[in-house]
Amino acid sequence: MPVQVRGEVLDVRRAGVYYVLSITAPGIPEQFRPGHFVTIGIGGEESGLILRRAFAIHQVQSRGVYGGTLDVVVGVQGKGTRWLSGRRRHDTLDIVGPLGKPFILPKEGVPCVLVGGGYGSAPLFMLAEQLRERGCRVDVVLGASTEEKLYGVLDIKRVSSMLTITTEDGSSGTKGRVTDVLPDIMERNNSAVVYACGPMGMLASVAAIAAEYRAYSQCSVEESMACGIGICMTCVLPVIGDDGITRMVRSCVEGPIFRGDLVRWDEIGTIPADALGAPALDLS
Amino acid sequence: MTRAMFGHGIGSAAPPVPNTDMSAALASLSMPSPVLTASGCAASGRELDQFFDITKIGAIVTKSVMLRPRSGRPTPRMCETPSGMLNSIGLQGPGIEEFIEVDLAWLEARGARTVVSIAGESVDEYGKVAQKLRTVGGADAIEVNISCPNVSDRNQVFACDPEMAANVIQTVRRQSDSQTPIFAKLSPDVTDIAEIARSVVRAGVDGLTVINTALGMVIDLETMRPALAGVTGGLSGPAIRPIALRCVWQIRQALPDIPILGVGGIRTGFDALQFILAGANAVSVGTMTFNDPSAPMRVHNELALALAERGFGSVSEAISYGHRGADIFETAGEGEIELE
Ligand SMILES: Cc1cc2nc3c(=O)[nH]c(=O)nc-3n(C[C@H](O)[C@H](O)[C@H](O)COP(=O)(O)OP(=O)(O)OC[C@H]3O[C@@H](n4cnc5c(N)ncnc54)[C@H](O)[C@@H]3O)c2cc1C
Ligand SMILES: Cc1cc2nc3c(=O)[nH]c(=O)nc-3n(C[C@H](O)[C@H](O)[C@H](O)COP(=O)(O)O)c2cc1C
Ligand code: FES
Repeated sequence: MPVQVRGEVLDVRRAGVYYVLSITAPGIPEQFRPGHFVTIGIGGEESGLILRRAFAIHQVQSRGVYGGTLDVVVGVQGKGTRWLSGRRRHDTLDIVGPLGKPFILPKEGVPCVLVGGGYGSAPLFMLAEQLRERGCRVDVVLGASTEEKLYGVLDIKRVSSMLTITTEDGSSGTKGRVTDVLPDIMERNNSAVVYACGPMGMLASVAAIAAEYRAYSQCSVEESMACGIGICMTCVLPVIGDDGITRMVRSCVEGPIFRGDLVRWDEIGTIPADALGAPALDLS
Repeated sequence: MTRAMFGHGIGSAAPPVPNTDMSAALASLSMPSPVLTASGCAASGRELDQFFDITKIGAIVTKSVMLRPRSGRPTPRMCETPSGMLNSIGLQGPGIEEFIEVDLAWLEARGARTVVSIAGESVDEYGKVAQKLRTVGGADAIEVNISCPNVSDRNQVFACDPEMAANVIQTVRRQSDSQTPIFAKLSPDVTDIAEIARSVVRAGVDGLTVINTALGMVIDLETMRPALAGVTGGLSGPAIRPIALRCVWQIRQALPDIPILGVGGIRTGFDALQFILAGANAVSVGTMTFNDPSAPMRVHNELALALAERGFGSVSEAISYGHRGADIFETAGEGEIELE
């Protein structure tokens, strides 16, 4: 069950273009599973920025001097993330979490491949560790437009069987996109599960490749969220249910992790005509 | 009063609770608190129950429900604005039947007071939704969201036309149990909100919810197109608080006795108190619940303190106190006003 806590910033570090915040958050690490996210209030009590911002939980520690702590990786996009990047040790933050449905892990030690775009690598670290503990082979592919926008290359290397890097400008690793190298990796390792986190376009391509190789895919989506806890209906996308019916589902509570083959990627931002309650059906 | 920002976890170390009598009433609905949730900002209460005990606030006002399942509008459906947000959800929902089976049943089992918000695209649809609700009971009150376009009349919004608004209310009144209080939720996007208020009161509502969102828009400078897929959206949050407060004030001036549920940008107990002083009998906390999931409970606690600090022993003493001296009221005693 998610909790709302006042966290204290323990540390803010730069990592390429990103800021890594370590925050005390009693009650959240204890419940954490890879893929969960938190939302953070922006600007303090009187703030005119009233919507919380969502961040994947990167690392957690449930014990230690500070009790439970967690790390988030923040890429500066606009006002909210800029404010967060300016936090200092001892500042307090309003944190809600853990939120969302986590990644589903295979019962047995099957070969897995983890794909992260930009800060999308953040939730993959603890996932990789847990998969390794289950005896899975863990191949990792990290991609970004340029080297500075890769996150955690050295650290994730330690928990991956093999790490492949791609950058669009060729500043690090293979020049190109993660999807250029993914088919080869899946072919070579017989990957059974693909885990992906990154921009929607990347997720759509990864899901398509996974389907081609008959692998199971788990994609962490990023939709604009006003509440993060399931009460506002802003974060919806078209997902096919067990009954074969497409519904506009809330990515904050039913996701952010979805099976790649069930998301109607090409129709995100639309209401598919056959979705439950779509205007087209209303007329029939 | 210092504001306990983090209502739950840390904040449930709530400020010392003063002896203020926090009981409140909206027509025949009696509640232990004058603070409710707002429609569309609390779903059906289940998610918020993780953050505070939803039976402790006045009532859960559920997301407006229509006759059939509805997918809503395409995304992006929201956009942050200064001290507020725009939304164009498009009334996504499960339809009245699933709502009754799943949501209303849960709320009843949980023991929460429930105000069911209903919507429609035609007078007929409002009537049918009300009829279905009547057959199951379980709604402690009905809030009629009339900020919907009337498909059979050039998509004119019911709430913006006194006659159309009255038609909806008459129909819902006729289809509902006479014991169930019915509230009409008004839109601020009208020239004279008191005129609409009078019209729905004549049509038989038991109270008014004031206000719904105000229509607005934002253009995204990257795409140089409207930021919302629906082009325009409803503005909510502290940005509209002064407008909402003005609407409550004007309606209270026009209709001294009608129960009013005040809503718009309420963030703290002080904000809630302003609405009560302006004439609201109770308030709904909407958008700020997105900012702080325990906001309704926190606002209740802060309001209790704010009332006590000003020497009010109860919520009812403070209702319309801001109007004292105005000659439209029959004053009951020294600077005091009795409304009900
Ligand atoms: C489940 C989830 C996990 C995320 N994990 C991370 C992470 O680990 N690291 C990280 O840097 N970012 C992450 N994001 C994206 C992050 O939430 C946005 O970058 C951030 O909200 C942008 O806020 P801003 O004020 O800087 O930008 P603005 O553009 O000023 O934001 C305006 C509004 O739009 C929303 N918004 C804008 N961009 C996004 C976006 N990409 N996703 C969701 N909402 C957005 C904001 O929440 C805000 O309400 C995640 C988003 C989601 C939904
Ligand atoms: C995301 C969102 C969804 C809403 N959905 C509804 C709705 O379904 N029915 C309704 O009557 N009002 C709806 N509203 C309006 C609120 O109930 C409220 O009247 C308005 O937002 C002003 O109050 P606030 O500033 O406290 O949010 C919605 C508001 C928001 C922000
Ligand atoms: S962000 Fe509010 S329902 Fe998902």
